[in-house]
Amino acid sequence: MAGIAIQDLVKRYGATQVVHGIDLTVQDGEFVVFVGPSGCGKSTTLRMIAGLEDIDGGEIRIGDRVVNRLEPKDRNIAMVFQNYAIYPHMSVGENIAFGLYTSKLDKVAKRAKVEEVGRILGLDALLERRPSALSGGQRQRVAIGRAMVRDPAAFLFDEPLSNLDAQLRAQMRLEIKRLHQRLGATIVYVTHDQVEAMTMADRIVVMRDGRILQVGSPMDLYENPADVFTARFIGSPTMNILPAGVSGGALTLGERPVRLALAEPAPPRILVGVRPQELRVLGEGEQADLALAGIVAVVEPLGPETFVHVEIGDQLVLASAAAKNPPRVGGAVRIGADVAALKFFDAATERAL
Amino acid sequence: MSAAAVGPRAGFGRAVAWVLLLAGGLAMILPLVFMFSTSLKDASEVYDLRLLPAHPTLDNYVTVLSDGRFLRWFANSMGVAVVVTLSNVFFDSLVGYTLAKFEFRGRYIVFLAILSTLMIPTEMLVIPWYVMARNFGWLDTYWGIMFPGMMTAFGTFLMKQFFETVPNDFLEAARVDGLNEFAIFWRIALPLVTPALSALAIFTFLSNWTAFIWPLIVTTSKELYTLPVGLSSFAVEQQIQWELIMTGAALATLPTLLVFLVLQRYIVRGVVLAGLKG
Repeated sequence: MAGIAIQDLVKRYGATQVVHGIDLTVQDGEFVVFVGPSGCGKSTTLRMIAGLEDIDGGEIRIGDRVVNRLEPKDRNIAMVFQNYAIYPHMSVGENIAFGLYTSKLDKVAKRAKVEEVGRILGLDALLERRPSALSGGQRQRVAIGRAMVRDPAAFLFDEPLSNLDAQLRAQMRLEIKRLHQRLGATIVYVTHDQVEAMTMADRIVVMRDGRILQVGSPMDLYENPADVFTARFIGSPTMNILPAGVSGGALTLGERPVRLALAEPAPPRILVGVRPQELRVLGEGEQADLALAGIVAVVEPLGPETFVHVEIGDQLVLASAAAKNPPRVGGAVRIGADVAALKFFDAATERAL
Repeated sequence: MSAAAVGPRAGFGRAVAWVLLLAGGLAMILPLVFMFSTSLKDASEVYDLRLLPAHPTLDNYVTVLSDGRFLRWFANSMGVAVVVTLSNVFFDSLVGYTLAKFEFRGRYIVFLAILSTLMIPTEMLVIPWYVMARNFGWLDTYWGIMFPGMMTAFGTFLMKQFFETVPNDFLEAARVDGLNEFAIFWRIALPLVTPALSALAIFTFLSNWTAFIWPLIVTTSKELYTLPVGLSSFAVEQQIQWELIMTGAALATLPTLLVFLVLQRYIVRGVVLAGLKG
């Protein structure tokens, strides 16, 4: 196993620059997830680490080697692709053994390794089968097996779960996380699904437009998003963002002014972020630091809690209510949150205050 | 057919379709039937255009098969068709793969140049081929018969189109696994396009098995004749012995049938890339 260090990494396609000089260090044994919308450069960055894309500037180190000009096979990495890329004309066992293509091991030792990996991944009974006889989850496990069998310096995952249904995705998330704990492997994982990022990562790298917006642990990003994009991207359901004015050091939003305790003086227009879980439907006469009144548009019961979409002016705001006795659709409702739950962003730059 | 398409009008349409199909089928199959039937007639009966021979006999087959020339021509045709087919399967797919999966300067121009040769008919190429064969000393040799067909624009085009359907993930996974570029082509990409390879093999084999003009022009020694050229010489030398020509032709269809029976399941099966998302 080895760490990965990226310095000032640049990628261009013709005149278009898609990765703008990013820096990142992945520690040995760390599980790092790149997350961001399509086209943000996360897959391109992963493919540059793998050596499948040339780099146009900067440096990539795997362990203590600069690998800028090395072929993928010489980088000692293993990669799992979105489409699994397991070879349909080979059996499961042959597919896994293909990971040892360049290995100097003899046949018996290779067979033993394949069987060991098969056991770890629960594929031991399927080694003779063809991929066409496997389910989606099993195919993905074969792809992971082919990566594992080599004991690579690092694993690279390119959206490996996006073709699976929701239930299987949750199961495979768990399996990959356990695999990481068991192998202690360095993993760089790309996804557009923030749930995958939150549940699996040691650290999340949020990317947008070829730049890194923020790097941090899942809870750090959840609690302290650096900007509106990260705030809305991390966490489910999406954080509410409400425009507000500032006057005399207090927020002019809702029923009464909310005093701001910010290190720097606030700009006149700001954005207030509040997660739906923190914005509760208030009972009769109940008070909160920030209180808003509106009309219930949609009620979504989820079992343990109920989400309520509330129309406030022309904006739809998502709040939570107790599972029992949720408000009626069309009725007037008051919602509120503690000041500690509010995040503040500059309306002009969208950066956190 | 959907449930809505019943009733008198649909019935009439179906009848017309059946009649047309039947007519087309008969038009194609009757000459074959007649060929087999004639091969079972004796010389006196040949011009009696009955479908079933009055006195069926296998004498013609004995005559043809015991004639050393026929077996020689059969072997020549087989050798030429097999070598040319293997060459096409290998080189057409190699070039098709390169055009489909590698970015390089001039790729599009190379592809257009290859495609443009599809528009030139064999008859126009025969003279340049002949001049080339004469200059290189290839006249009246096996290589002379084979060289124009060792690679074809059609095969290259067909393989390129099929390789474009092979997802890059397969090739990149192999690249990460440590295969060199030729091994990626040979061990990963090629097995994924077996239906196309089978189609190409069948087309190439058939067109070379039945090739007539070029082998006729380039060969002068009878030992180098291919089967179609040899059979036609039956008609020229003596009076036309139709029963022997038909027997030879009937025997000549056997490899064709065999090739199709062996390879058709690969074609019919279609492209199934089971390694991808289900």
